[in-house]
Amino acid sequence: MSRPAADPALSAGQLHWAALCAGATLLPHLPRLPLWLGALAALILLWRVASTRFKGAVPVPRLLAPLLALGAGVLILTQYGTLFGQQAGIALLVLMLGLKYLECRRPRDIQVLVLLCFFLQLGLFLDTQSPLTGAGALLGAWLATTTLLSLHSRQRPSAQVRTAGLLMLQALPLMVVMFVLFPRIPGPLWGLPADAFSGRTGLSDHMEPGAISSLSQSGEIAFRADFAGAPPPPAQRYWRGPVLVDFDGRRWTAPPPRTASQPAYTPRGTAYDYVLTLEAHNRRWLLALDYPGAGIADALYTDTLTVLARQPVHQRMRYAATAYPDSPVGTDLAAGQLIPALALPASGNPRTRALGETLRQRHGQPEAVVTAAIDWLRQAGLMYTLRPPRLGLDTADAFLFDTRQGFCEHFASAFVVLMRAAGVPARVVTGYQGGEINPFDNTLVVRQSDAHAWAEVWLAGEGWRRIDPTAAAAPLRIDGGLAAALPDDAALPLLLRPDLGWLKTLRDRWEFLGNAWNQWVLGYDQKTQRSFLQRLGLTPDDWRQLGMVLLIAIGTVLAALAWWAQRRTLPADPLQRAWQRFERKLARAGLPRLPWEGPADYATRAALAFPASAAAIRAIAGRYATLRYGAAPASARDAQALHSQIKRFSIQCG
Amino acid sequence: MNDRTAPNTWRSRLLQAVDRRLLRVRTAEPLPLRLPQRRVFVLPTRAGWVFGLTLMAMLTASINYTLSLGFALTFLLAGVGIASIFHAFRTLIHLDIDAGPTPPVHCGEPGCFGLALRHQRNRPRQAIRIRNADNAVTVDLPPGGHLTVGLSVPTTARGWQAIGRVTLETVYPLGLIRAWSVTTPDIQLLVYPALEEHPPPPPAGDGTTRSAPMASGVDEFAGLRAHRPTDSPRQIAWKAVARSGTLVSKHFQGGSAGPLFFDWQQLPPALNDEARLQRLARWVVDAARSNNSWTLSLPGTRLGPDRGAQHLHRCLRALALYGQDEHVPPGR
Repeated sequence: MSRPAADPALSAGQLHWAALCAGATLLPHLPRLPLWLGALAALILLWRVASTRFKGAVPVPRLLAPLLALGAGVLILTQYGTLFGQQAGIALLVLMLGLKYLECRRPRDIQVLVLLCFFLQLGLFLDTQSPLTGAGALLGAWLATTTLLSLHSRQRPSAQVRTAGLLMLQALPLMVVMFVLFPRIPGPLWGLPADAFSGRTGLSDHMEPGAISSLSQSGEIAFRADFAGAPPPPAQRYWRGPVLVDFDGRRWTAPPPRTASQPAYTPRGTAYDYVLTLEAHNRRWLLALDYPGAGIADALYTDTLTVLARQPVHQRMRYAATAYPDSPVGTDLAAGQLIPALALPASGNPRTRALGETLRQRHGQPEAVVTAAIDWLRQAGLMYTLRPPRLGLDTADAFLFDTRQGFCEHFASAFVVLMRAAGVPARVVTGYQGGEINPFDNTLVVRQSDAHAWAEVWLAGEGWRRIDPTAAAAPLRIDGGLAAALPDDAALPLLLRPDLGWLKTLRDRWEFLGNAWNQWVLGYDQKTQRSFLQRLGLTPDDWRQLGMVLLIAIGTVLAALAWWAQRRTLPADPLQRAWQRFERKLARAGLPRLPWEGPADYATRAALAFPASAAAIRAIAGRYATLRYGAAPASARDAQALHSQIKRFSIQCG
Repeated sequence: MNDRTAPNTWRSRLLQAVDRRLLRVRTAEPLPLRLPQRRVFVLPTRAGWVFGLTLMAMLTASINYTLSLGFALTFLLAGVGIASIFHAFRTLIHLDIDAGPTPPVHCGEPGCFGLALRHQRNRPRQAIRIRNADNAVTVDLPPGGHLTVGLSVPTTARGWQAIGRVTLETVYPLGLIRAWSVTTPDIQLLVYPALEEHPPPPPAGDGTTRSAPMASGVDEFAGLRAHRPTDSPRQIAWKAVARSGTLVSKHFQGGSAGPLFFDWQQLPPALNDEARLQRLARWVVDAARSNNSWTLSLPGTRLGPDRGAQHLHRCLRALALYGQDEHVPPGR
């Protein structure tokens, strides 16, 4: 039973738990790591586990770990160009974890390894915080607890897992209390590395041919909208992003925004109220359904009818907005304000320019020119496709007259060039169009694949009018989404395929869960916390009150734990347990056993005190004495019989 | 130990005050003893502090990058750490401590204090470390079970030796928290006088000194036999052990066997008290080993004539406690 007190060598079981813990933490990182690093870490783990398993394997050469560290460090430096970025930091952590496992000799090494695992787990959250990641982290924490426990417990592995699970269960209330009540400070506290938040997809503030069609391959969610009533019909679901006015012949860019705290137009017509949950996209614009009314919290309204946040959206955010699709916008613009919307590069796209000139001469009135241009597009035999052929230098010319195949950005770009050539002010609007209702929670889910580009022309007296040139060639795109508009043989992202209905249902269900997760777990920020605390009747600004509530809540949990710790658990012996129950029954009736009294004396006294139950008392005491002090050890069945006899026993007063 | 060697420095006085007031240590607590809640203390270990620092770093990172799951993970781990405090606490409280077998030894030989641990719970108590100034043992206590641990100590003076300060501690379950309790259980080790290395032969029963050791029979070498656990280390035939690899003891044959009489008064006057006690101890041990009958006479006491282990123990005890209060061990 005794074991040496000195810092002992590690047992195989302890090393295996550590390997499991490290492996579970590393696994979700593998797709994000350079192949060689993932392979190196996996190799180290497997090799050490194998050499623990089969005794007599070669010991680790003394110089191996420093050499590996140096070599891999240099490789990481060349791969990322730095050692201090977010990605490089995670790569270094992975390397340290692998090397630490390689040279694990004493319990302290395993403790360090477990702490490294915690940091690495945190690193994963920078990339993804999905429910699956959360479940993985929970499993990782469990394994880490088991690993630490195995350093001090010599129980069977299954018992160790159970004890670790008990610790986790006891930690849960503390976690919930602190998660809800710990004051949330909006980050960042200091400058983040340059590559923080990289790799998030979304619209950009410029557009080149191919920019949006690459987005359309992504099934990622851009935002969700929860309408108070019925959502607007699909043809009105235009979510405005950046408006691109400046054109250099190939690339459209957004002009620097001029902002105001109010929209520049008077909202009119039907109103649609909704709450929008925007995924982080690291840009300032807040997607809003055309045309947003005033009142979006903390937002700025630009002269291009876009809504901007004050800071780039680095984390998911929610805002309430109202849309007035029928509002007239831009009615009172001066001619000078329209000059950028008429500008074309000095040269390029000669055929489109010629077409514009012809249209203007033939129709004169801008409105008639616009109608004629749409008719022309409709008859030009343009094809809507996800994979347009490469266009030359004169993109509008090439699309309208040569290849005649394009995606929405080709349609919008060519149409705006045509309009400007015809003397009609026009601009490109990018954003999202459409979206799907998730039947499980009735939110409208808009994905990156719903990214769209359309045009706006300015007509005197009417203001800006939305023209969607894509609709002219592929009307189904607007009503039925991307999948409906494309020819059957076009390569579509898997989940956009109409024949995989069950897959879509599954995804809807998963995303419904994801939405709840986002709102209640990930979206629990300072704002949510304040409103939640207010609903609890607290004053969130009063930090003393908040601290008090936090202390009381933690104190309650600790008191429960303290009660649990000092509670006298039942004795191991079932016979004794049953007998104690009998004693409790008699004690409740006013006859506690005296400290020096044996079972027989006690029973005699009890039989005298309760003559009506004397027979039962003697029977129980006799049976107990036989089982307890008899020659043959009591079997489990005997103990059970005594237990049920005592359970049935009640004192007859009389 | 501090009750035997208590230099009156401010440091030892401070330590004693801490023991008494804070750790609620009393001297020589009566046994059996059940560890109450208020005597079990908890503090983070070194690993626990590092764990806490790690959590602080994780919390800062979660704030900086606004990682909701980071908050959740940090708080979950903090909760696990806090829950482990109660597991450590639970490992020690309501633990019964009793005296275990503490066999007497001769001064200079390592002594061994026996401590019996017992409990009634239907779950194990794991990784309990029992520590005194010299030694530490880590044990697991099975559900509802009991076990005995031995704490070895060096012995430096004959008479009663108290176990002194015993710390029961555990870092179970995660090594982050150390729960401990300090007790001074009333366990005494009887230290016999050391045995004189090369004593002159004992006097014969009539009180005259025998001429030569070989003639006495007491020390007569009679061959080798298998080692018995009761044999004294000096009886082991080390040369034979080196040759054979198994423990063998030298066997001495009792020779003539007249009744032996060991008298304090008849020892040379030049010998001081301790030397007298060591020589007498040696003689009674040798007499018992050769199965002789002997009488021991000390000032004020006369034991025997008798033979056997009981008589030997009585004699050695009288020698050990010569000049000391027989019933009250020092330090009380």
